[in-house]
Amino acid sequence: MSPAKKNIMIGLAGQQNAGKSTIFNMLTGANQHIANYPGVTVDKKAGNYHDELGRVEVVDLPGTYSLTSFSLEERVARDFLLRERPDAILNVIDASSLRRGLYFTFQILEMSFPVVMALNMVDVAEAQGRKIDHEKLGRLLGIEVVPTVGRKGRGKQELRPALRRAAREERGEDEGFQDQHGLRINYEELEEHIAAVHEQLLESENLVKAVPLRWMAVKLLEGDSEALKLLRRHHAQADAVMDAVSAATAAFQGKMDITPADYIVTCRDRLAASLVEQCVEVTKADTVRFSEKIDRVLLHRAFAPIFLVLTVYLIYELSIVQGYKLTFLTWPALAWVRTFVAGLLPDPGLLHDTILRSMSLWMVDSVNTLLNYVPIFLILFALIAILEDSGYMARIAFILDRVFQSFGLHGQSTLPFILGGVFTGGCAVPGIMATKGIPDERSRLATILTVPYMNCLAKIPLYTLLVSIYFAAYKSYLMLFISTITIIMAMIIAKLLTSTILRGRETAPFVMEMPNYHMPTLMGVLRRAVDRTWVYIKKVGTIVVAVAVVVYVLLQFPGLPTERMAYFDGRMDEAIATFRENIQETPYAEILSDDQAVLNLLNIANTYREAKLAASTQEASSAVDDRYEALHPEIFPLLRPRDADARTISRHLRGLSTERSNLRTAIREETIVYSYFGTMGRALEPVTQYAGFDWKINVALISSFAARESSVATLGVLFQEGADESLSLEERMERSGEATGFTPLHAFALILFFALYPPCLATTIMVKVQTGSYKWMLFSIIFPTVFGLAVASGVFTISTWLGLSGIQAMVGFYFLALGTAIGLSFLPDPAWKKPATPFPHAPKEA
Amino acid sequence: MLHRFRKQNAMPVQECPSCAHPAQGGNGEDQTLTKVANGCRCRIRRHRAHGAIRQRLLDLGFVPNAEIEMIRCATLGDPLELRVGDYYVTLRKREADLIDVRAA
Repeated sequence: MSPAKKNIMIGLAGQQNAGKSTIFNMLTGANQHIANYPGVTVDKKAGNYHDELGRVEVVDLPGTYSLTSFSLEERVARDFLLRERPDAILNVIDASSLRRGLYFTFQILEMSFPVVMALNMVDVAEAQGRKIDHEKLGRLLGIEVVPTVGRKGRGKQELRPALRRAAREERGEDEGFQDQHGLRINYEELEEHIAAVHEQLLESENLVKAVPLRWMAVKLLEGDSEALKLLRRHHAQADAVMDAVSAATAAFQGKMDITPADYIVTCRDRLAASLVEQCVEVTKADTVRFSEKIDRVLLHRAFAPIFLVLTVYLIYELSIVQGYKLTFLTWPALAWVRTFVAGLLPDPGLLHDTILRSMSLWMVDSVNTLLNYVPIFLILFALIAILEDSGYMARIAFILDRVFQSFGLHGQSTLPFILGGVFTGGCAVPGIMATKGIPDERSRLATILTVPYMNCLAKIPLYTLLVSIYFAAYKSYLMLFISTITIIMAMIIAKLLTSTILRGRETAPFVMEMPNYHMPTLMGVLRRAVDRTWVYIKKVGTIVVAVAVVVYVLLQFPGLPTERMAYFDGRMDEAIATFRENIQETPYAEILSDDQAVLNLLNIANTYREAKLAASTQEASSAVDDRYEALHPEIFPLLRPRDADARTISRHLRGLSTERSNLRTAIREETIVYSYFGTMGRALEPVTQYAGFDWKINVALISSFAARESSVATLGVLFQEGADESLSLEERMERSGEATGFTPLHAFALILFFALYPPCLATTIMVKVQTGSYKWMLFSIIFPTVFGLAVASGVFTISTWLGLSGIQAMVGFYFLALGTAIGLSFLPDPAWKKPATPFPHAPKEA
Repeated sequence: MLHRFRKQNAMPVQECPSCAHPAQGGNGEDQTLTKVANGCRCRIRRHRAHGAIRQRLLDLGFVPNAEIEMIRCATLGDPLELRVGDYYVTLRKREADLIDVRAA
């Protein structure tokens, strides 16, 4: 016996959702790296750890249901096994669906690899009433079976030595595959044919080295196309072998009235069933029946939609309506942070602030706007986690699949759409992340590209703003319009994409296991809600902050021309001179003789006013007074004037303060006019005028690409006039709208464009991650821009031409879109017409 | 033939009333899975699907000779919910049409 190899390689294999990644993380910890498999863009995740004997490299194979050659992942996994020949395979199995997991195990055993089985999620299986005798299972399979709970790190200590034991036998580089390890599946009636083919395969020395022969024989009888390719590559008399295989197939089918392929799976299934029967003890038989009883009500053909609507309404009410109320509690905390940061920064100048001050505050504002949504997200994601864990999410997919199917999507597109905010407002980033589970490649891509059309929470402030200014009388209609038009447009676009550019993509049937109902655990729900919210916060922390800086620069630079600057400075000097003149007579003139003192007074007066406004009680208010009196004893009388002189100063100070903020506003506005964004916005006006957008709107839209929230913030800066008379942005926009002729129709076109607008930067990055291609990322930016602008321009121009009002245009467009969607749903799916292509060596019908 | 017929009649009728209905083809002849009425049980005879779809069906337990029970269809008539062994699986009619079954 040769000594144990020091460094070994382990292949981690298993079906999707068996918890492979958690086992992988459990084994390798932080030592991971990701590469691509040679020649394909499938992630190859590898990691390593050290034990007493040496280094153990763990390669995570793509999650597949079996090792056939029908999908890219399966082919990649299989090629890896044949080419790299790991020393042992760690087969991760979901203990709660042992029977189907075993199909996979049989296939690896057949490839004659030493196998260790990680029987994962045994806790879940036990909770569902299935107790598995893992020792007996191991004995029957002839391999080691280790019960694990990946999430809790249970089983790590047992797995490592087990892998060592399995990998013990050393094999030379050129040697063929060792004989069977573990259980050998008995194919009964087919065995004689397998043996015959096996004999013929033995003739080729090349083949003996390249592949496990019994596996090869079984695969050939199964009619596997990749196996045939391997045969042609390695075996000189491939055709003779294939003739023998065909003859055997025909003979078998004639005798047994079943194809060898079907017979092989029947044998495997029978074996799996008998193993399950011998090793699994059912302790709670009624959970299945119990679930079925619930479904008789919840999935009742007539009642199912009612329950669905109720659920959706409940989510909306709890997360959006109640969550919004929660933000009233959290906002003061965020506002406090802003004040605190403002206090740390250099004091504001007379007309110009230092870049440090203005940029820092800009960033705090950007982050605050996003963090403001955190309570809503926590509630929303917790509710969605409850839906998922309880098993109802799968039922929603079941109920809605027919609808999605008409548009080339998939029942499992439901979760991404819900996360993206189909009816309530969500975030496209977790939405796109959730597309990972969709088995249908075409639907998955279509879902990724349409999730961003959902009502992301950040779009809502702009909608609210526009609706309350221009459609105050039709508020609820507009909100209904916005929340349903997005899904209608998403369906239209999904249909367009799946029947054109995504046409050739692989599709998969909607075959989904309906999980039993299950009481969600508090920890499970909390963890998932916090995880998903954390993804959102990370987005705030990284991309949004980075982009806020860029947007800041593009909005503030190159800055005002010198002569405009001099003009504003002159006006400010004039105002100060007037102020001095007015207060000359008072005893305070002395202490306000230099400009710095006046500026100080202005700033202190401002913070004092803010502090007084923030003080909610009488005591707090007098506390503010005391504080200011202690801090600034010499000017406090001016803040709270008690004598006639102080009152005069106070009055004039207010005048000066107003003039100052007016000038500041004018400067800010002109800075944007002269800024890079302003230039861009104006350059785009000739194109966007057909949609009714002027340059200000353009600037807001451009800046909102970074993060939706900034649209309202930018509009707030752009519509500054009146900000200091404490007019709300609504009133300001209304006022300037009257001057520029911005009508409800303009607002409607803007809402429409915003609904179809390209995803924000963070989302496009997620698109890149999930599709693995920059091409799709670019597409996800360009297509919606062009499409949105075309739709908005079409609606605006035609409605102007017909003389329609905003609300008329809305109704007209709504029914047009609805009609289009319904019409498109009847278009047959291109994938349906295509006859199912038989695989190359399908045995001929006997 | 007669033997098969008698066996069919011996089936507990209360379990699946619609199987007895001649339109359902409950006479032991092959039919597609789509034709099976709610509450009826059947055995898979063969797949007419090929390639990836066939494999996916096999992976989820739709193997020849497996016993399947039709549970219900969704509100809009598609997809179907079926019981395979001790778990429940959904399937679109398009795929169910590719599976030949015989009443169990």
